[in-house]
Amino acid sequence: MLSKRLVVCLDVRGGKLAKSIRFADTKDIGDPVARARQYYEDGADEIVFYDITASRENRDIMIEFVEKAASQIFIPFSVGGGIRSVEDATKLRNAGAEKVNVNTAAVLRKELITEIADAIGSQSTVLSMDIRRVSPTEKIPSGYEIVVNGGIAPMGIDALWWAKEGERLGAGELVVNSIDADGTRDNYEIKLTRMIAESVGIPVIASGGAGKPEHLYDVLTEGRADAALVASIVHYGEYTCRQLKEYLHGRGIKMRMNF
Amino acid sequence: MITIIDYNAGNIRSVLRACAEVGVSAMTSSDPGVVAKAEKIIFPGVGAAPSAMEYLKKTGLDTAIKDAFMSSVPILGICLGAQIVLESSEEGSQQCLGLVPGKTVRFKLKDKLLKIPHMGWNEVKVVKSHALLDGIKSGDEFYFVHSYYPDPADRQNIYAMTDYGGDFCCALGYKNLFAVQFHPEKSGRLGLQMLERFTRWEGNNLTTQ
Repeated sequence: MLSKRLVVCLDVRGGKLAKSIRFADTKDIGDPVARARQYYEDGADEIVFYDITASRENRDIMIEFVEKAASQIFIPFSVGGGIRSVEDATKLRNAGAEKVNVNTAAVLRKELITEIADAIGSQSTVLSMDIRRVSPTEKIPSGYEIVVNGGIAPMGIDALWWAKEGERLGAGELVVNSIDADGTRDNYEIKLTRMIAESVGIPVIASGGAGKPEHLYDVLTEGRADAALVASIVHYGEYTCRQLKEYLHGRGIKMRMNF
Repeated sequence: MITIIDYNAGNIRSVLRACAEVGVSAMTSSDPGVVAKAEKIIFPGVGAAPSAMEYLKKTGLDTAIKDAFMSSVPILGICLGAQIVLESSEEGSQQCLGLVPGKTVRFKLKDKLLKIPHMGWNEVKVVKSHALLDGIKSGDEFYFVHSYYPDPADRQNIYAMTDYGGDFCCALGYKNLFAVQFHPEKSGRLGLQMLERFTRWEGNNLTTQ
């Protein structure tokens, strides 16, 4: 049986580490590769590097960054932020990223998901979704809407529909990121995560809102997530990856414990 | 010196980096002449069997790998490199390298909740001791990403199993070849240790250390 995964997300800006709180007020907190290495040694099952600058000029820096990361981290890692073409995805994959996360560009042109999946495989194609709660309407029946541009632009797209569409188009995994929960540390959006996890046949990574080990337990059980993404609770040293995994393992969740 | 066969199959650089991390001297080569004379070979691979076999045949690497195998060069196959060493694969109708009797098969899962590809960390259960599996304990996990797995004709050649809707062969050994379905280069410390053990393995099936 597969283990549940602890995924650590590092926001990267110009090759430096940053952590966003509700996507605003970013501040640098060190070298991301060194940090990722520390998490890898401490039992993280996967790392996500999210390029929050994502400008075209930054592409080459990001490739260099991925190569550096790949020489230091011997677990799978993915890269997201500003991926707009098959070429972007292929370059990152070739530089050593196990997976590539697409978000905004796929919302704007959904065929991109299929193109990337055809080029590097579904298993390496992750659809990352930024989602916020809204009042259900005819257009957004689930009551969850897709937003882009770092959470500020509502797209009039139903999140549940988009998750299923992403799977159909070839995504091999979904990141369900709740804009409402992001940075609050009040718990993941359990209802949203579960709704999507129960509707698709591909793994779901829950993102946004982790503040305590209990939250990870909730989202991996009640939320039906395959993986729990954490950021600030490990970045600021409140918990180590090992502590989080020991807690989850202790409560009966299958986790990789010898690392 | 380990020669990592470079045949356009994805994870070559990851394997090279993992070797560098543990101080294992390795180089990549796509030259059949170099491969046939290699001291030790890692045969990696991600991707599809038909295009991989086509490429190996086109470049003459298929014969080079067979020659190396016949001259008792220790070989470590990884992922696709653990699949196309068998005679055939359900992924395509082409003949494979045929170093080990058996075929590569696709997961046939009854449990609808289980997904293909099998992707993530899963337990490697050692069923028969082998130098390359030394030190692996019950519960130890490795990283997998695949839709097919090797199914050796002789069960004696199965060294480790993993449960995904039933046990499947995740490590096979036959003479001077050992091959794993998981990715040691992405499996953290335990995976790196396996690469280290490979440098000490002389191609026989005796437990070392």
